[in-house]
Amino acid sequence: MTGDRAALLPAAFQEWFAARGWSPRPHQLELLRRTSEGRSVLLIAPTGAGKTLAGFLPSLTNLAARPKHVLGQASRGIHTLYISPLKALAVDIERNLSKPVEEIGLDIRIETRTGDTPAHKRQRQRLVPPDILLTTPEQLALLIAAPGAERFFADLKYVVLDELHSLVTSKRGHLLSLGLARLRRLSGNPVSIGLSATVADPDGLRRWLVDQNPPGAMADIVTVSGGAKPEITILETEEHVPWAGHSALYAMPAIYEAIKKHKTTLLFVNTRSQAEMLFRALWHINDDNLPIALHHGSLNVAQRRKVEKAMETNSLRAIVATSTLDLGIDWGDVDLVIHVGAPKGASRLAQRIGRSNHRMDEPSRAILVPANRFEVMECRAALEANYLGAQDTPPLGNGTLDVLAQHVLGRACAGPFDEDEFFNEVRSASPYAWLDRATFSRVVEFVATGGYALRTYERYARIRRMKDGRWRISHPSVAQQYRLNVGTIVEEPLLNVRLIRHRGPNGMARGGMVLGQVEEYFLETLTPGDTFFFSGRTLRFEGIRENEAYVTSAAGEDAMVPAYAGGKFPLSTYLAGEVRSMLADRSRWSALPEQVSDWLRIQEERSLLPRRDDLLVETFPHGSRFYMVAYPFEGRLAHQTLGMLLTRRLERAGARPLGFVATDYSLAVWSLGDMGGMIRADALSLDRLFDEDMLGDDLESWLADSWMLKRTFRNCAIISGLVERRHPGREKTGRQVTVSADLIYDVLREHEPDHILLQATWQDAAVGLLDIARLGEMLSRIRGRIVHKDLERVSPLAVPVMLEIGREPVAGSAHEALLGEAADALIEEALART
Amino acid sequence: MNVMNGMAAFAEAAEVVIAGERALCDPSGALFLPADRLLVVSDLHLEKGSSYARRGAFLPPYDTAATLKRLHKVIARLRPDAVISLGDSFHDGGGAARLPDAFRRHLLALMDGRSWFWVAGNHDPAPPEGLPGDWVSELALGNLVFRHKPEPGGEGEIAGHLHPGARIVRRGRSVRRACFACDGARLVMPAFGSLTGNLNVLDRAFSGLFRREHLTAYMLGRDRVYPIAGGMLRPA
Repeated sequence: MTGDRAALLPAAFQEWFAARGWSPRPHQLELLRRTSEGRSVLLIAPTGAGKTLAGFLPSLTNLAARPKHVLGQASRGIHTLYISPLKALAVDIERNLSKPVEEIGLDIRIETRTGDTPAHKRQRQRLVPPDILLTTPEQLALLIAAPGAERFFADLKYVVLDELHSLVTSKRGHLLSLGLARLRRLSGNPVSIGLSATVADPDGLRRWLVDQNPPGAMADIVTVSGGAKPEITILETEEHVPWAGHSALYAMPAIYEAIKKHKTTLLFVNTRSQAEMLFRALWHINDDNLPIALHHGSLNVAQRRKVEKAMETNSLRAIVATSTLDLGIDWGDVDLVIHVGAPKGASRLAQRIGRSNHRMDEPSRAILVPANRFEVMECRAALEANYLGAQDTPPLGNGTLDVLAQHVLGRACAGPFDEDEFFNEVRSASPYAWLDRATFSRVVEFVATGGYALRTYERYARIRRMKDGRWRISHPSVAQQYRLNVGTIVEEPLLNVRLIRHRGPNGMARGGMVLGQVEEYFLETLTPGDTFFFSGRTLRFEGIRENEAYVTSAAGEDAMVPAYAGGKFPLSTYLAGEVRSMLADRSRWSALPEQVSDWLRIQEERSLLPRRDDLLVETFPHGSRFYMVAYPFEGRLAHQTLGMLLTRRLERAGARPLGFVATDYSLAVWSLGDMGGMIRADALSLDRLFDEDMLGDDLESWLADSWMLKRTFRNCAIISGLVERRHPGREKTGRQVTVSADLIYDVLREHEPDHILLQATWQDAAVGLLDIARLGEMLSRIRGRIVHKDLERVSPLAVPVMLEIGREPVAGSAHEALLGEAADALIEEALART
Repeated sequence: MNVMNGMAAFAEAAEVVIAGERALCDPSGALFLPADRLLVVSDLHLEKGSSYARRGAFLPPYDTAATLKRLHKVIARLRPDAVISLGDSFHDGGGAARLPDAFRRHLLALMDGRSWFWVAGNHDPAPPEGLPGDWVSELALGNLVFRHKPEPGGEGEIAGHLHPGARIVRRGRSVRRACFACDGARLVMPAFGSLTGNLNVLDRAFSGLFRREHLTAYMLGRDRVYPIAGGMLRPA
């Protein structure tokens, strides 16, 4: 067998392997064999298994056998397309691939094309395509929408999709699946090769890779089983593990010691603010001046590149990173991964640990550092799951309509299309196999004229039917507009953070360097003079000018920490369930550090610990407000939905709720009214409050006013092209987009509640934002099993969520109440003067 | 005359005095001068949706209907003898010509039986095509002058154009609403149109217009207007 397979490998390749004392791995040959038969293949392998080389061997061997291109002949189209979710990954692969290509002596042109590629290079690539093009999903969308796409892709033989597991669960994945369907039409059915980490549902990925005609068709699968078991430990410390918070400051000395003992340490955290804080804390105790760097998505590009360069040359001892480094980037000799905070998913943990020691046969080393006591339990559960090989990657999900709308416009930009033919093409992508013809037509109508029942925009149509019935764009400017709005990543509105030297006499001094970008909503909560951490420094907020936040240095001062929305991962159902059962089962506490089991014991004394199927609800006053904390342990998404519905109900009950915050474990609602007192006086019933009927017919109408749905709508409006991302020469600021999208939402809700974009918003929210299915199961589980504890103060178990309290607004009477209060303050002030 | 009804009509409005003239800030975003039974609305931006649609951005085509409906309600409630539309009545110069027939009839019905003044705005610098009413660049009445864009000085000026909004933070929560902005000498009206955003009254676009120590933002609540002292307002 092995001999047959090896025969597939040209001599030059065999020599190259031999010269290095290597031999091709069985899965690399197996992939080669299957693709040589024209089969598409999903390769599932842990990091370090030589996935990249395996993915490219079919293409490289095929290119090696290709007749030489003769000067003067028309240039060939691209031969292999490689798509990665990260720009940096494409750049990384170019480097890693160039080496063997040179060493084997292949005449192959490899180029990248990303958002950073200069215009002249893109232009040249279109005219003289490289053999292998390394790019991102957004760039593919642009390429297939450009005139000339047919020639560009006519010779395409292979499509290599890297980190497929991370792409497919997002809207980027939906767009990419449609792009892939297009590629299958443009070129004679290229071979798709998907490279993926271990996932819970490999068949979903196999379907994703191939034409869904016939329905359910699947790519072949090659699985490389797991390498050496990682050595994972939970940080053991004499220090006090905090009851709450995410900073893990208690562990800094221990983390620092671990860094000192290893060559290069990767420190993963879940949010940018944690990254900021960890970085600062490490430098605070960095007496040896170890080169420790920071890397996260909102730092400016130049700074990020500098860090990446330093990683490559192994000149760093430690790097603090968020998910920007989550994927398969292979920099330097990382020999230790430290995960600060809970990993949120067993599969996610496995992938992150895979960063260390990119050699499959040696065990990876990882240390988990829980930041608080809930996280201790979660880390424990994740660690056990890792040894069991449990997988909890999120499900693939249906393709969304906003992404489809974008793709339809892109398709029209490439040239006229027949609606029936195009419908079949779209349905051949597995995320859109669910799509029905009527919905598809409504999306096309939406792209043409906005899809309104009141058909007043016919004369302004972006795409029109020609005499032969095919659709085409009505004006070249439509294509230009499309190009500026392509993509599915909608960031929270961001503002540049510009460091100025001091406040000038007339307001603010101009100039100074841009440190990076921060979400606008965070800055909105600041008053000039407030301080916060960013880019590894303490900064004082001075004010906002246009799309920039001006800050001055506030070195040495205490700081508020930015609470970013980005980078928060919901707890997987699997781990949530494990934590719940751990909490309920005293016999499992022995695996927990003593201080954590003590914490649970104190909770038992002061309040109580819920049994596995009970729901504990605590009420207590704190500061000037009243709190209700519930502990469903169902993950943040489900809790957010529950919080939204509960605040609605509490509002109707007259408790005047002000807001809620959800964590993975619990949910806190706070109000002006005394909820505990209301329950005592029978003015509020918890059974009725948590009744399943909250998910009944009125769920949608309750949701209508919610800021979450508005935020979802805004994203759908931008992705679908209803609201422009930016105008030529003038980038819309996030605020402008937000305002107009909110206004559009209100108008649509009132006048055309069945509009396709509201439908898309709902579809999106039900899955991504609300986790309604999970909430429904929980509500039925706790029916008649609610245990109420009326407390005089915060309970031990409530502390974590109390410290999470953020600034998510609740619409409704509480807002009016606040306005009323402010107005009353004015009256008081007025009376005091007389 | 039913006194109770008359009272109810103004119950939740906030009284302001501008250059000695009494006026009511209505929660709808309209200003009412009881002495003259005069209603002032600003920045209706009618046909904004179709204006965008011409450039390929298909905003919902219901903005005109929604704005007219709200205008209808406030006119029915306050029964003014005269109405001033304080500029930017249409989102662009061609707006009146594009006005669908049903909306045109609705607007004509609202205008019927009362004086109606269209004040020139920057979006609509020419009279609305095919609509009755008086076209003026500005209008004086007693101590007051009505014009679209605020001018320096401007004692007794009622203007629009800037779409003022205000933000307060209470108990860690931020509330943002459109507002009337008034310092006793002049007043800037909120935008009445249904697809109009607002600009924070502390933005530099407003600088020099108000005596800061006298500025009050009359923020529009659901059913009432909340007067908020300038000192409590937060920048955007």
